[in-house]
Amino acid sequence: MTAVAERSAAAEPKAGEIPSFDVTLKIRRYTPETHGDEPYWEEHTVTAHGTDRLLDALHKIKWEIDGSLTFRRSCAHGVCGSDAMRINGRNRLACKALLKDLNPDKPITVEPIKGLPVIKDLVVDMEPFFASYREIMPFLITSGTEPSRERIQSPEQRARFDDTTKCILCAACTSSCPVFWTDGQYFGPAAIVNAHRFIFDSRDEGGAARLEILNDKEGVWRCRTTFNCTEACPRGIEVTKAIQEVKRAMITRAF
Amino acid sequence: MQTHQFDVVIVGAGGAGMRAALESSGRTRTAVISKLYPTRSHTGAAQGGMCAALGNVEDDNPEWHTFDTVKGGDYLVDQDAATIMANEAIDAVLDLERMGLPFNRTPEGRIDQRRFGGHTRNHGEAAVRRACYAADRTGHMILQTLYQQCVKQEVAFFNEFYCLDLLLDHDLSSGEVSDGQEVRVAGVVAYELATGEIHVFRAKSVVLATGGAGKIYKTTSNAHTLTGDGMAIAYRRGLPLEDMEFFQFHPTGLAGLGILLSEAARGEGGILRNADGERFMERYAPTIKDLAPRDIVARSMANEVREGRGAGPNKDYVLLDLTHLDPAHIDAKLPDITEFARTYLGIEPYTEPVPVYPTAHYAMGGVPTNVEGEVLRNTTDVVRGLYAAGEVACVSVHGSNRLGTNSLLDINVFGKRAGISAAEFAATAPWVDLPENPSSLVVDELEEMRARPQGERISDIRRELQQTMDTNAQVFRTAESLTTCLADVRALRERYSRASVQDKGRAFNTDLLEALELGFLIDIAEVVVVGALNRRESRGGHFREDYPNRDDAGFMEHTMAYRRPAGTVVDSPAAPAPAGEEIPDPAPGELAVVLGTKPVVTTVYQPMERKY
Repeated sequence: MTAVAERSAAAEPKAGEIPSFDVTLKIRRYTPETHGDEPYWEEHTVTAHGTDRLLDALHKIKWEIDGSLTFRRSCAHGVCGSDAMRINGRNRLACKALLKDLNPDKPITVEPIKGLPVIKDLVVDMEPFFASYREIMPFLITSGTEPSRERIQSPEQRARFDDTTKCILCAACTSSCPVFWTDGQYFGPAAIVNAHRFIFDSRDEGGAARLEILNDKEGVWRCRTTFNCTEACPRGIEVTKAIQEVKRAMITRAF
Repeated sequence: MQTHQFDVVIVGAGGAGMRAALESSGRTRTAVISKLYPTRSHTGAAQGGMCAALGNVEDDNPEWHTFDTVKGGDYLVDQDAATIMANEAIDAVLDLERMGLPFNRTPEGRIDQRRFGGHTRNHGEAAVRRACYAADRTGHMILQTLYQQCVKQEVAFFNEFYCLDLLLDHDLSSGEVSDGQEVRVAGVVAYELATGEIHVFRAKSVVLATGGAGKIYKTTSNAHTLTGDGMAIAYRRGLPLEDMEFFQFHPTGLAGLGILLSEAARGEGGILRNADGERFMERYAPTIKDLAPRDIVARSMANEVREGRGAGPNKDYVLLDLTHLDPAHIDAKLPDITEFARTYLGIEPYTEPVPVYPTAHYAMGGVPTNVEGEVLRNTTDVVRGLYAAGEVACVSVHGSNRLGTNSLLDINVFGKRAGISAAEFAATAPWVDLPENPSSLVVDELEEMRARPQGERISDIRRELQQTMDTNAQVFRTAESLTTCLADVRALRERYSRASVQDKGRAFNTDLLEALELGFLIDIAEVVVVGALNRRESRGGHFREDYPNRDDAGFMEHTMAYRRPAGTVVDSPAAPAPAGEEIPDPAPGELAVVLGTKPVVTTVYQPMERKY
């Protein structure tokens, strides 16, 4: 009896102790240097704690089991945009996806984001993504003499483009877009979001030029409003809405 | 191996590096090499604001800002540098606004300003609204805006290139280059992550802008990539590191995780409470309370926990209370940090206080520079063509404790200055020859590490390093804890020499790079601990329980740490330690951390007792 009582007391987590649990990751790997040209799946089970994120589990595998597992990461709290990946079929940042929210009863699938060339494991070539971003002239365009103090902008004017200033260029939106998957030439949601950020900035005078760029056959008209991008955005930007606002501006020329 | 030639090479693409690039690339042929894509840099994680005495919402002037900076740094600040920073702050903010930075606005449409720790009206009368901000994502906006301008200027970036060595035309680590002799920079050696290829960049000017080294600690607000690379490669090449014992612990890290919650939370009215609900900062800083400088708040919090007034089941944190603020106000001014509390701790800040505890945040010390950004190799001589700016550097505008918002200011003011200086030097300077086999040191180290037979895991050594630094060299320090820590760090270096990596490949080998980064961390940790052992006083972010008072007679001077053969006499050597407090020698054959000093520049403000 005593032994049983002791065991049940030991199983009861102590006050303040964070419960731990096992979680299995099923990772899509691609390591041509050692495993040939075909991607393959690999499973690892690690012990996680209540506040652990998917990034913690990936680190645990890399640091304790297989150092060759490769992924990008930096800030580890959702502001740098390095670790966008496809987690259980949905684009998310590994550092913002808590394991306890991912149903650890089943293996969690982890894949690189889609539509960009895979370099190794979860690392993709980001250059095509940044090339689209650069094309929409993502910088303030003004004319005339610079004011000696700040430009005046009312809180309401500032609020008009607040949502799209939050973008961290992680590519979760663009690489969740079915149009982008089949047509890599499409500018993609992130580039349009960043165009929106300037088109609706009262200080900017480059709106017409940007709309001209996005009026291209690979521009905003390719969007089919599937809302994948809005769902994928780790910053909570209403991406699809921003794209619609750019479309409307193109028709009405009012922005 | 590939060789490139640029007039100016900037290492690092955070705020300081890109601000320098905007100046340099317009003037001369410039390259920026960065271990990350520029927008991944940790400037983007800065939250609360950037101070400048614009006076947009209440009376303010740069002289008050200078005074606050000097007092905040516990008088170890070089006052000439602080004056420059506070004066140039106004243009730095206006420059960013003209570049398009979306600052929050006043009802009149001007840049809005809010309160921040240690920033006061008229030399400490009350908190002043000085911080210009964009919600709680000011750093994100600065990083994005600077990158946008770099895109506009078509700055040449080499992304995911790790700078692993600095090339000089003299070997300073031998200790045999005499004072006054001209030393020039010749370039840098970098490793391309995607291919594993080595690149030598020949340059007339090099700007180090590699950021901090927070990963020497376990609990930190810093990114995984902040491993002190720039500090370590300069130090290994014989350049001194200044004031490294001063590390800032930000009061409000999410408890157990270290994720930063901006001081803006308190600037907007948030209150720190202990387990009894008491607003304990009233006892420690009666005038400005929760808005005292970070060193004071962090120490007060740690003291509350130590004396048993911590909250939570293990009484090991305190509470940041925002529940009295209007949710709409929280959403408008603090949206990101409240989301962090929800995402990572499942806490709703509208209705529940948030568990917080100090987190390693910022290196006040770094590569010593003068106000033009030129790197010093002793107390007076510069290395011609070599510049540093931002957290990697020590100007010193932060002294022994940085005020909140002054880092975003530092990167803009001194990043700009370093970029101009570097370009102007390169415009007239002749080329220096690269040393023979310029990449040999890096190639040998990489190949040796890759070829090592199976050994201990890098991650085990790193974890132990971070643990001993957290346990022994954090907010409270003693000779005993620091001596233990130093022995640990040196034992870990020995183990590191036998550790191995598992990934032996060329492409995107982050396993190998993490190994090299650990080497940097070990070197930096040793310098921090040796400096802390030698500084037998308490000042700013460095608190010695065995020496709880500031000692201006003994220690009103900067620490200069040189990597030299043990026993080398450096410029302005530090006074010998009293009997029984000598710093233990390194293992035979290892280079030692040899300590020197540098005078503090005092112009107007004489040291006073620091009360808030």
